[in-house]
Formats: sequence, structure tokens, C-alpha cells
Amino acid sequence: MSDVPGQFMATLEHAEPQTSGPRRMVLNMGPQHPSTHGVLRLLIELDGETITKCEPDIGYLHTGIEKECEVKNYQQAVTLTDRVDYLAPLSNNLAYCLAVEKLLQLEIPPQAQWMRVMLTELTRLNSHLVWLGTHAIDIGAMSVFLYCFREREEILRIFEMFSGQRMMTSYFRIGGLALEPPRGWHQRVKKFIDVFPSRVDEYENLLTGNPIWIGRTKGIGFISLEDMLDLGVTGPMLRAAGLKIDTRKDQPYSSYDKFDFEVPTRTENDVFARYQVRIEEMRQSAKIIRQAMDGMPPGAWKADSPHVVLPDREKMKTQMEALIYHFKIVTEGFRVPAGEVYHVIESPRGELGYYVVSDGTAAPYRVHMRTPSFGNLQAVPRMVQGILIADVIASIGSMDFVLGDTDR
Amino acid sequence: MIPDNLREHSAAAAVDKFDGDALMGGKHELGELTLEIAPAKIVSVCGFLKYDEKFVRLSAVTAVDRFPAEPRFEVVYQLHSVERKQRLRLKCRLPGAQPAIESVTPVWRSANWYEREVFDLFGIQFWNHPNLKRIMMPDDWEGYPLRKDYPVTGTRI
Repeated sequence: MSDVPGQFMATLEHAEPQTSGPRRMVLNMGPQHPSTHGVLRLLIELDGETITKCEPDIGYLHTGIEKECEVKNYQQAVTLTDRVDYLAPLSNNLAYCLAVEKLLQLEIPPQAQWMRVMLTELTRLNSHLVWLGTHAIDIGAMSVFLYCFREREEILRIFEMFSGQRMMTSYFRIGGLALEPPRGWHQRVKKFIDVFPSRVDEYENLLTGNPIWIGRTKGIGFISLEDMLDLGVTGPMLRAAGLKIDTRKDQPYSSYDKFDFEVPTRTENDVFARYQVRIEEMRQSAKIIRQAMDGMPPGAWKADSPHVVLPDREKMKTQMEALIYHFKIVTEGFRVPAGEVYHVIESPRGELGYYVVSDGTAAPYRVHMRTPSFGNLQAVPRMVQGILIADVIASIGSMDFVLGDTDR
Repeated sequence: MIPDNLREHSAAAAVDKFDGDALMGGKHELGELTLEIAPAKIVSVCGFLKYDEKFVRLSAVTAVDRFPAEPRFEVVYQLHSVERKQRLRLKCRLPGAQPAIESVTPVWRSANWYEREVFDLFGIQFWNHPNLKRIMMPDDWEGYPLRKDYPVTGTRI
């Protein structure tokens, strides 16, 4: 901490030199700060312990993924979408694949759709568990983190079983799935989902009635619903303010309309309400996973579209056309009809949209990712205005942003 | 003027009724409605869509570089009506030489960062923007990375 250093004052927007009144202090938080969950830098102006101004500084993790997509072919770009939000890679895969499939007007078989639903819901659990663990550790509840990572580890093992990868799975491909679902997946997922609800009870036992947790989260981090809508906030933040908004229900994709689940809402609109919403979302996700697992329709796991989807290995050994298609798809990719599409899904963090523009060639002309973290982070200055410095960590933690998702 | 095939879409008809000169064209493809708006009218049309047509959310602002075609840039606005569960895309075409357009931050505050990103990566100016500076790239960066004439790889000497 230091007294109003000139260089920081200069970067803080609209900061005028101080001539009278109480002395203000500028605190530089980040980009290397354990509680910002990535490389977020916050410039905070303080009057005593109260925040008078805050300005987030982002871009430290900008890797130019959108530019990179333009020089890959459509299928190759799937692997880049994993790296955008590294806590919810399959949600990004799904949004991108659905956008391109819409351009191709490709019909995805039911089994692939249900498998996608099951795995994106596991991704939601994965992401919410990391959020809960780190959010709790920020506020001082050490043990919750260890419990959450115990379950997360099992989810990552399930991902590894499906795709051979723990984190950057790229398991969804344009036209279906990357590989046939492995033998024994049903038992493995069942074993996990049978115990998971009791594990959520465990987290709740540790936190929900805990007086320290309540003291640190109730009534903290308020921001009005109007402000949030105007500032681009989406996802659990809006649901904790009483707005029943969920793309899975409002504009169902990938056969979400066939599943029975609730959209949890709260009206308190504080850090505690956001915690309750996400806890309930975990229970609902578990419900969806169970339905997907038990009702998994039989059939193909990739679309019947030989010019887009790679042929089976066996067919390649016996059929000339399959071999030709394989060669063409691998060497030059497939062409996508010219057009543009904006596909939105509900990622664990909120509204995730992929805007894909095609010019009729085998590489996307433009891919824009509307990421939930970027929109949410914009509301930080409004949310922390006037609160105590000690509550900043709890407030920004309740937003659940990922800096890779913000900066792309 | 509203193209005949868009008359049945309420948002297109409403914009046409609000300001017939603002609507330059549009299309309805793959279930998504795109309206092309005259760049000079973007703020008034956005204000109308937000307050009268209930498109309370601005989901994203981005751009597409059509280099070397002219007009080179398309600025794309993705609107969302929570109440009507509808989405709408607005598009403005800008010339390659000194592309600039009025900022929509007076209508939606969320446009602040979205437009800064477009400015940073495409070099499109937004008039009346409260804080138009680079957001992703360093402040002293030269060039606009998402333009088509900007190389994907290479080192600066």
C-alpha cells in the first residue's frame, strides 16, 4: 500500500488531482494476486476502508484465439475453443460445434445430443466445484476446497475415460463426438452421480449454516438487477437477483427441452444468494445427468454426413469412397456454406455465444466469442462501489469469472 | 425500406415504422434475423429497440473485416430480449478509410467494453465513447490484430 502514487492516479479513469477533502489512497490489486483467480488487475481508490472507485485492467491473458481460428479449418478450431474457458472446455466446444452445425444444417443423432448434455452438465459440476472451493478458500474456509477437489478429480477421470484427456478434452466435434463412448462409462458415471448429492450436502453442512460464512456473504456484493442487465451480466448472478433466465429453458439446444429440471432463483441478490443458486444448480445438474444416463437413446454417436464426419476405420479398409472422404477431410477440411450464425448456450458462468461467419471455404472467416466472464467483469466497478475493501474478494469471487474466458 | 420478405418479423416492421430511412436491408437466415442499419442512425434505432421493443440486453458487439471489399467493415450488434426470448442482430457497414461510428454506450452501458474491444482489435473509432482506449493489447501496440491485412505470425524488428 502506498499514498496516491502518481503513476496509478494517472491510469485511474477520471481521477482528478486532489486538493482538499479526505486523503484518498490507490491500491493496486493484481495482476498476480491469489484471490483474483487469474491475472486480473484491479485499481481501487480508497477513502479509509471504503472503496470510492474501482477500475479493472484486463488483457494480460489475451492470446488471440479469435485470430488463430481464422487460419485453422473448422474442425481444428474446436481444440482452440477448449482453451478459452479452461474450467468449462466442453461448454465452449458445444457452443462452437452447434454454431457450425447450424451453418451446415447438420442433423445430430439423439445419442450424441444426449451424451453432449450429460458431459456439459458434468462440466458445469466441474466448474462450480472449482468455484466453490476457491471462493470458500478466499473467504477463509480451507477444508471446503479439499472436499470439492475430491469430487472434481473423479469428474476429470470420467473425462479422461471418454476422451483420453483430463482438461482440454475437445471431445465434441462438428457432427457428433470425437470417439465412441468407452465401454463401462455408464457404471462409472452412475457410481459418481449416486454419491454426488450426498457430497453436496457435505459442502452445505460446512458452509450454509456456518456463522462466519454467513457473516462474510449475507448482504454483501449487492448490485441491482437493472444495473446487471445494462452492464452485460448473465448467468447465476441474474438468477440470484430473481430473474428466471436460462438459455437451456428459454431457447433449448441439443435436446435440453427433453429434460426435466428446475432453474433455481433467489431474490436476495447478495454473495450468499449466488452461493445458494450455484449449489442448487449442482443438484439440478446431477438430476439432468441421471436422466441422460438412464434414458440414453441407442444409435449413432456421429452424424451420417460423409463429407463432414470422418468415416469408421473399418469402412476405410473396405470402401473406396470412405477412404477418399477420409483423405479429403483430413487434408483440406470441409467447406461450410457462406453465412453467419450466433449460437448461444448456458455455460456455467452465463451466456456463452459463438458468432461464426463463413465465406464458403474450409476455414472460418471470423469467429467471435461472446464470453460470460467478459460481460460479468464489466460490472465489478458498480458492484464494489461504496463497499469495504475487506468485502472485495467475496464480491468478485461470487461473480465466478475466468480470466482466460475474459481475455481470449 | 424494408425488404418484402421481412415484413412478417415484428422487430423489422417496428424499425421500419420507427424510421424508414434507417433500415438499409436485412435477411432472415437459419432462424436468425439480421437488420442492416444506416451507421448514422444506430443510436436512435438502438434506443428505440431497447425502450420500445424490449431488447433490454446488448449481448455483444463485434466486427467483421471484409478486406479488400468496400465498405470494408461490418460492426455487428447482438441484441437480446429477455421478455420475448428473442434475439436480433444489427449490422452497420463502414468504409475502410477511417472507420468510425457513434457509440451506443448511452443506450447500454455494457457497450463500453465491447466497443473498446472492437476499437482495440479492428481500429474502428466510436464517437462519444466515455473511455476509448485499448483493452486487450498493450497501450503502445501498433496495428489492429483482427484486421485481415494483419499477419498471423511474425516478429517485429
